[in-house]
Amino acid sequence: MSVVGLAIKSLRNRRFGAALTTLSIALAVMLLLGVERIRSEVRTSFASTISGTDLIVGARSGPVQLLLYSVFRLGDPTQSIAYATYEDLADHPQVAWTIPLSLGDSHRGYRVLGTTHAYFEHFRYARERGLELEAGRLFSEVFDAVLGAEVAAKLDYHVGDEIVIAHGAGEVSFVEHADKPFHVSGILKRTGTPVDRTVHVQLSGIEAMHEDFQQGGRARDEDPLPARARRPASGGHPHGHSHGRASGDRNAHDRSPAHSSAPERHAHQPEKISAFLVGLKSRSAAPAMLRMVNEYKDEPLSAIMPAVALQDLWQLVGVAETALRVVSVFVLAVGLVGMLTALLSGIEERRREMAVLRSVGARPAHVFGLIVGEAGFITFAGALIGLVLLYLLQMAAQPLLAAQLGLFIPPAWPGWQELGVLAAVCGAGIVIGIIPGVRIYRYSLADGMTIRI
Amino acid sequence: MNDQSSADAEQPAADTGRNSEREAVIDIDGLRFRWRAGGAPVLDIEVLRVGRGERLFVEGPSGSGKSTLLSLLAGVIVPQQGSLRILGERLEAMSGAARDRYRADHVGYIFQLFNLVPYLSMVENVTLPCRFSKRREARARARSGSAPAEALRLLEHLGIVEASLFERPVTELSVGQQQRVAAARALIGGPELVIADEPTSSLDAAHREAFLELLFRECAEADSALVFVSHDAALAPLFERTLHLPAINRARSAGSMMRPPSAAAA
Repeated sequence: MSVVGLAIKSLRNRRFGAALTTLSIALAVMLLLGVERIRSEVRTSFASTISGTDLIVGARSGPVQLLLYSVFRLGDPTQSIAYATYEDLADHPQVAWTIPLSLGDSHRGYRVLGTTHAYFEHFRYARERGLELEAGRLFSEVFDAVLGAEVAAKLDYHVGDEIVIAHGAGEVSFVEHADKPFHVSGILKRTGTPVDRTVHVQLSGIEAMHEDFQQGGRARDEDPLPARARRPASGGHPHGHSHGRASGDRNAHDRSPAHSSAPERHAHQPEKISAFLVGLKSRSAAPAMLRMVNEYKDEPLSAIMPAVALQDLWQLVGVAETALRVVSVFVLAVGLVGMLTALLSGIEERRREMAVLRSVGARPAHVFGLIVGEAGFITFAGALIGLVLLYLLQMAAQPLLAAQLGLFIPPAWPGWQELGVLAAVCGAGIVIGIIPGVRIYRYSLADGMTIRI
Repeated sequence: MNDQSSADAEQPAADTGRNSEREAVIDIDGLRFRWRAGGAPVLDIEVLRVGRGERLFVEGPSGSGKSTLLSLLAGVIVPQQGSLRILGERLEAMSGAARDRYRADHVGYIFQLFNLVPYLSMVENVTLPCRFSKRREARARARSGSAPAEALRLLEHLGIVEASLFERPVTELSVGQQQRVAAARALIGGPELVIADEPTSSLDAAHREAFLELLFRECAEADSALVFVSHDAALAPLFERTLHLPAINRARSAGSMMRPPSAAAA
């Protein structure tokens, strides 16, 4: 009791310096835990971007690339696959459902995804969660669009607004399909996945937009917009596009590019898509299905299992994650070294104090305990304050994180891992305190009853 | 002062073996101490006895082994040869912890300077030994009801009476005041042995005498033996007995410093 009282009074006497040391450790702890929290949250949200899908099939490419463009809307498909191939595979007896994906266009920096109702029906994220509408309805017309939550929020779109889709993925596009504005028919609820950043339209919508582009594209240099603008729009659109995903019209796929320009014939039946998601009747069929797709004879295809590809991708991303972690560990080390410096520089001054304590009966162990206890107390207080700061920061930054990164980090109680980190920090503090502790222990033995001035 | 003051005060070398009529607080027999195994002994004392309540002045130039003797008496270091009994107990046979306990219970120590712990109040400084010794705590309580009350009593006896002083940080006290607070700390709980290591060297002549008088009076009241070290021979007449350390220290070079030779540049 008595020695603890002394330690507290001694610390109070040096409160300013001690407070600074504590604060630096608190900030380091906050950083370390904050990075850890963001990391695990990113990892969770990363792993939950897609679920329930057994295979992703696209043109032959690396698995990570296929995953990136089909799920994360990053990068572009280098090649597309024939719609006929898609239909062929979709008819496979093991296949329960498929979702075709057609990518390559954008709206003000957000990717446009051509797909079908199957997307809203079968796509799952975060284990078993499906997509839900926040407002409006799913697309039914060729030029209907369903917006992800972030697209709508950032660009302030509402159901009924008109949007113009550009060719290519950039924020600034030189070719806009201004003649074919889309109508916002619905807005999805927030998912925290790339779906939020996607403009969803019908496959037929993409086709309708592009066939016009293909026709008029070459003439574009001399004749920017107006002349060709009206024609296809007034053309076959009100009819024809209503046919569903897998509906008949098989002939359409056999068309050569030459007659793809006849709008009323193909009725926006897509010729090519970028990739498709596959749900199997039985998950155990996945490896066989994978092999079959990879050896598909008509055209080179790649199939991936999302979980495996996510793992690969995470390892890629993991380098940055590790770097972040290393940096925060170093920041903590700097904080602790700062404490060590403060303790060591205080030791010369405290030698007298220690000699006095020894003279009244303090043991070398007491003297040692005073120093180590102080280091332990400072790190403990630092860890605790760091934790509090973390929660405060988290509360303050929550809206920003949600808006900018789509991360929702619930203010949960510290987990075991975090408690482990805190314990490790306190342990490190005590270990570091041992250095000056041993020194002052030696001094107190060597100095005996003399006071060095 | 002390009714048992003896007549042989001026012949230190001759009388070191006497005083056996009093209960011995310090009893040194054939003590040898060296800092390093195989090194030259710093201290080699055949016999030294200090009785209960006795006031001994230890005098000698720097390097005569004064500080080493004090460290031995305080139980911080132990002799390699011979015996050092304090209150009948052999210090060299005790464990380090037991010697620390012995020091806490039975020794009051006054340093030359910087006696006070800066972050403690005056009263807390005085009651500091009671944190480490139940015995002294109990004795202080028996005397004044509580350790702080005893501290105040001692401070008052030592001439610190202005209430304003108690409020101020101890670092703002004058050197004379600091030494008196240190004396009060050495005396609280009535230790049998008070060791003073040149406590007056930074005081001027007038303060020195006053301080010594106060110290003598309080030691007498507590019946504490006082071992007072100084190189200032002018103080010797004030003591019952004077010990000229070089005269009884048979160590040839007499060592030099407290520190082990490696650290002792001087």
